[in-house]
Amino acid sequence: MKIHEYQAKQILARYGARIPRGDVAATPAEARAIAAKVGPRVVLKAQIHAGGRGKGGGIKVVTSPEEAERLARDMIGMRLITHQTGPGGKIVKRLLVEEALDIGRELYLGVVIDRARESVVIMASTEGGVEIEKVAAETPDLIFKEYVHAGTGLGGFQTRKLAFQLGLSGETHKQAVKFVAGLYKAFEGTDASLAEINPLLVTKQGDVLALDAKMNFDDNALPRHPEILAMRDLDEELPLEVEAGKYNLNYIKLDGNVGCMVNGAGLAMATMDIIKYAGGMPANFLDVGGGVTEEAVTNAFKILVSDEDVKAALINIFGGIVRCDMIASGVVKAAKDLGTKIPVVIRLEGTNVELGKKILAESGLAFHAADGMKAAAEKVVALVK
Amino acid sequence: MSILIDEKTRVVVQGITGGEGTFHTQRMLEYGTKVVAGMTPGKGGTKHLNVPVFNTVAEAVKAEGANAAAIFVPPFFAADAIMEAADAGVSVVVCITEGIPTFDMIKVKTFLREKPAALIGPNTPGIISPGKCKIGIMPGHIHKLGTIGIISRSGTLTYEAVQQVTRQGYGQSTAVGIGGDPIVGLKYIELLKLFRDDPGTEAVILIGEIGGTAEDEAAEYIKKEFPKPVVGFIAGQTAPPGRRMGHAGAIIAGGKGTAKEKMDALRAAGVHVAQSPAEIGATLKAALK
Repeated sequence: MKIHEYQAKQILARYGARIPRGDVAATPAEARAIAAKVGPRVVLKAQIHAGGRGKGGGIKVVTSPEEAERLARDMIGMRLITHQTGPGGKIVKRLLVEEALDIGRELYLGVVIDRARESVVIMASTEGGVEIEKVAAETPDLIFKEYVHAGTGLGGFQTRKLAFQLGLSGETHKQAVKFVAGLYKAFEGTDASLAEINPLLVTKQGDVLALDAKMNFDDNALPRHPEILAMRDLDEELPLEVEAGKYNLNYIKLDGNVGCMVNGAGLAMATMDIIKYAGGMPANFLDVGGGVTEEAVTNAFKILVSDEDVKAALINIFGGIVRCDMIASGVVKAAKDLGTKIPVVIRLEGTNVELGKKILAESGLAFHAADGMKAAAEKVVALVK
Repeated sequence: MSILIDEKTRVVVQGITGGEGTFHTQRMLEYGTKVVAGMTPGKGGTKHLNVPVFNTVAEAVKAEGANAAAIFVPPFFAADAIMEAADAGVSVVVCITEGIPTFDMIKVKTFLREKPAALIGPNTPGIISPGKCKIGIMPGHIHKLGTIGIISRSGTLTYEAVQQVTRQGYGQSTAVGIGGDPIVGLKYIELLKLFRDDPGTEAVILIGEIGGTAEDEAAEYIKKEFPKPVVGFIAGQTAPPGRRMGHAGAIIAGGKGTAKEKMDALRAAGVHVAQSPAEIGATLKAALK
């Protein structure tokens, strides 16, 4: 799960990592009030779940509360387009209004899970303000890493070392040590999957603060962090994906026009791949789960066909322990309820497959049965064209 | 022959009295797996499905000689269950549970460094040596005893591959699901080593997916020291970056972990890569000619 910058900063502050003074504003009047408190010079930052906001006009510096209010009027409600939002952009609903600081140095600090090392790793770099992937590719020696031991946690020696490697000394070094420790505690305490401070600011006065902050969370751990779950912003998600989530379905909208519905994530990805291989483009990823039920099939089918881009659908179920007749009944029920007009190709495999095919054939609906993934993909692609 | 489990494997099921535990213990018993014990705290001394139930895994090991564990407990209790099984001296631990937090698994892996137990999963269909032993939730009847080893991060996609292999006239020595999570127990390399040393395995099918670098590491290993033919397939060639594709581990992050990278790495290591998931069986047949 993703959250907004202002929410990430609230979490950081709670764990003792310093952030600029400021608050979030949903109206121009609120922006003015915050600017009056922390200004007069403040930065207005559009809160959307995407990077590259500055270039798109989503970050502005103003010098008075009045100017803050005036600009906020333009920014709240604007459609912000960045390289990460897609061509449709995102509507700005809130602004983070923060004190403007004197920039000395811009550093990088990130905490992620290193899957190969099976460990949490803290990454620091002197090259802040640019994408860390770019730094890793061009100047990997400017990235410093410390792996956290799962039993003992992050050592003080590790935070000190990182702060020295960043070239910091004196009071600034002390502040950086405190910041790194706080950032790690925030990561661990919330079961985050990513905590990135880019840039980490060293002001001209030598203070260390998070200029930007990004946090993502491990979806598997969210049930034990209701305070994080409460930060979810449904406006940032596609309505169909939110709807699918209510039924515990894994659904991701894609750009194509061949809808697909599959049991199991690996087979669902493979089905998308084979649609492309047959010359079509998948409209979605949809995994109804390995142990699929009739109800899940019905709900999934409804989600699938409510995407207006879908011109034909491919249902690929490898039954295994699940009975194919039950799957067939679920699909027939959903198609009848909805009065579905688009052609549907179904590939069923597993227990009671013959019975399942019989239910489809006798349903009176225009289902196309197919044997094997390849035949099914070719058939559905032909039906779209 | 087979790897990790065979007809002598004695299984304790953790969470045997729960819904999932009950259902799949029945299927395992029907398949012929020696489920010798169950374990549910507080239900020790009772019987479930005619299997004796114990309060701890250690008791099940002592009383029934259990040497493998199957875990069907909810996600927030599963890490503890894995550690309990490993601590009790069980040599193979199969964790079916999906949804374990990544931080919990990092702790588990650190704990396991000091234990001899081999962990399969979590978020796996399990492991099967056809005709001998099945620990997991896969449909037993689609498998057939033979000489092909299968290693996969997926469930139903593995069944698809198994069926294609069977239709080409081959069977499986052992099929292992390593799990769809970012951090899992045994990965490709550990299993490839076991298949290399198993005289009953003639070739291996490796099914990967987007996310992480496990397939790239496997490719490095295959290139250097794996002498048997390997067929590979990577799911997610059309997956968008930054989205978790069902499996917690199936995500392209920071431009890394794409299907193309993995397929290129496998090809460079001499692996016979099937571009389409429908061609896994045919690719195997061609590789064994």
